[in-house]
Amino acid sequence: MRKFIFMAGTAVALALAGAAVAEPVDEKLVIDGEIEIVTKAKAPEGHPFDEVLSGWLFRTAETRALEADSFINPAMLTVEDGERVWNTVEGTEGKSCASCHGNAAESMKDIGAHYPKWDAATNRPVNIELQINKCREERMGAEAYAFDKGGQRPLTTYIKYQALGTPVSIDLSQGEMQKWWDTGKDLYYTRTGQLNLSCASCHEVNAGKYIRADHLSQGQVNGFPLYRLKNQGIVSLHNRFRGCIRDTRAEMPKAFSDELMALEVYVTWRGTGLSVETPAVRH
Amino acid sequence: MRFSVATIAAAAMLGLASQAAAETVAPGDVKFEDGTVTVSVSGAAGDPANGAEVFKSRKLGNCLACHTNSAMNNELFHGDVGPVLDGVADRWSAEELRAIVVNSKAVFGDETVMPGFYSLEVGKFVSEDLVGKTILSAQEVEDVVAYLGTLKE
Ligand code: HEC
Ligand code: HEC
Repeated sequence: MRKFIFMAGTAVALALAGAAVAEPVDEKLVIDGEIEIVTKAKAPEGHPFDEVLSGWLFRTAETRALEADSFINPAMLTVEDGERVWNTVEGTEGKSCASCHGNAAESMKDIGAHYPKWDAATNRPVNIELQINKCREERMGAEAYAFDKGGQRPLTTYIKYQALGTPVSIDLSQGEMQKWWDTGKDLYYTRTGQLNLSCASCHEVNAGKYIRADHLSQGQVNGFPLYRLKNQGIVSLHNRFRGCIRDTRAEMPKAFSDELMALEVYVTWRGTGLSVETPAVRH
Repeated sequence: MRFSVATIAAAAMLGLASQAAAETVAPGDVKFEDGTVTVSVSGAAGDPANGAEVFKSRKLGNCLACHTNSAMNNELFHGDVGPVLDGVADRWSAEELRAIVVNSKAVFGDETVMPGFYSLEVGKFVSEDLVGKTILSAQEVEDVVAYLGTLKE
């Protein structure tokens, strides 16, 4: 652990020096010299950009290196935690995730690349976190995890990790996914807060520029849950959304609210073709 | 209550500018004419030294978030979302600079990402504790404008 803390410090120090370079790097991400990650992809039709770019391309060399080597990626500890939770029996039914799904490397392979999905039973999209809660309540007789609590982050990280390298694609033809995409798009362009900024103000109009010390990326979601050096810990997607909204000095919608689920559907689509990078490392 | 020009200037110099509050123009009453605001929104002169503090403070103007300003090279992290502000007083008059800081949208149009620092034309779902409040006070705006006036090449 010492080592990670030390490296986090280095990354911060080097961010100072890097502040003059505004272009995303032209580099390949191959994790452990084995798993090729798509960090640049041709944008889907109707996308405002020609090319979608992973947030990895906008980070410093030190931060990028932490993600490229799973031995030094601090979030791999969370993946291990997630594996433990996967195999832990909980609830009145005496079951663990493994009781129904067996070996996650097989049953969950690539699954995380195709969420959010339409859920006919609740008539709304579900993400991995909500799917976990459904399984806990309906099959395990266990309580749903509260946002960011209990095993939610480790388990979500573990499940998405089984899709590492697989390009993101979601099916908008299911149920009313298209309607949620439309709502999400509206929200993406809605200016919020006293500062009067939308997601697009930072991640579309100004992607590639610096806002104070931060090199603005396209705000892609393919690396979540991810390790943030600033927090020295794992950060969930809805936590990140809430943070960005708070930074406009606006009230934050609740995690898993209709607003943030719609935003997740839309922003996930904006990253179509990028590999799942979970657990990514960001500053 | 009226203040003589001398009183106002003295108050500003002593950092007691808020005592001139009687002359403050409310955010909704600021008059824009051809991209200028001719009247001080606080009713007092600006203090460039305090303006520099407001400019760099992350809690107040945080202007460096988006702008590079060579006169503040000792400060870390200048953004490049907006134009470099070196020599900005050669490009814009004081009245134009005031209009830009008060409500940049009135000068650059609705699409600009620069926040209006003394405007209630804000985004949706403003934090409850900030409803009806402007980012900067009238005097802070005047101070920043006075500071911008010093940025000549
Ligand atoms: C005031 C500027 C600003 C606004 C507005 C903003 N963001 Fe961000 N966002 C940032 C910064 C800075 C970062 C960290 C650097 C980066 O990855 O761009 C970030 C990061 C992100 C990330 C993580 C990207 C990664 O690769 O780790 C996501 C996802 C994101 N934003 C989504 C959004 C969404 C959705 C909205 C609107 C609800 C939004 N942002 C609004 C500034 C902003
Ligand atoms: C979130 C980004 C942002 C912040 C914060 C911001 N600005 Fe700006 N500013 C801009 C942009 C972008 C422009 C260019 C106008 C445009 O094209 O929209 C601009 C333009 C200007 C101009 C005209 C510059 C020129 O050379 O034409 C001045 C003066 C200015 N800003 C002053 C300030 C001051 C003073 C503050 C802080 C109190 C500030 N800005 C904060 C984004 C910002």
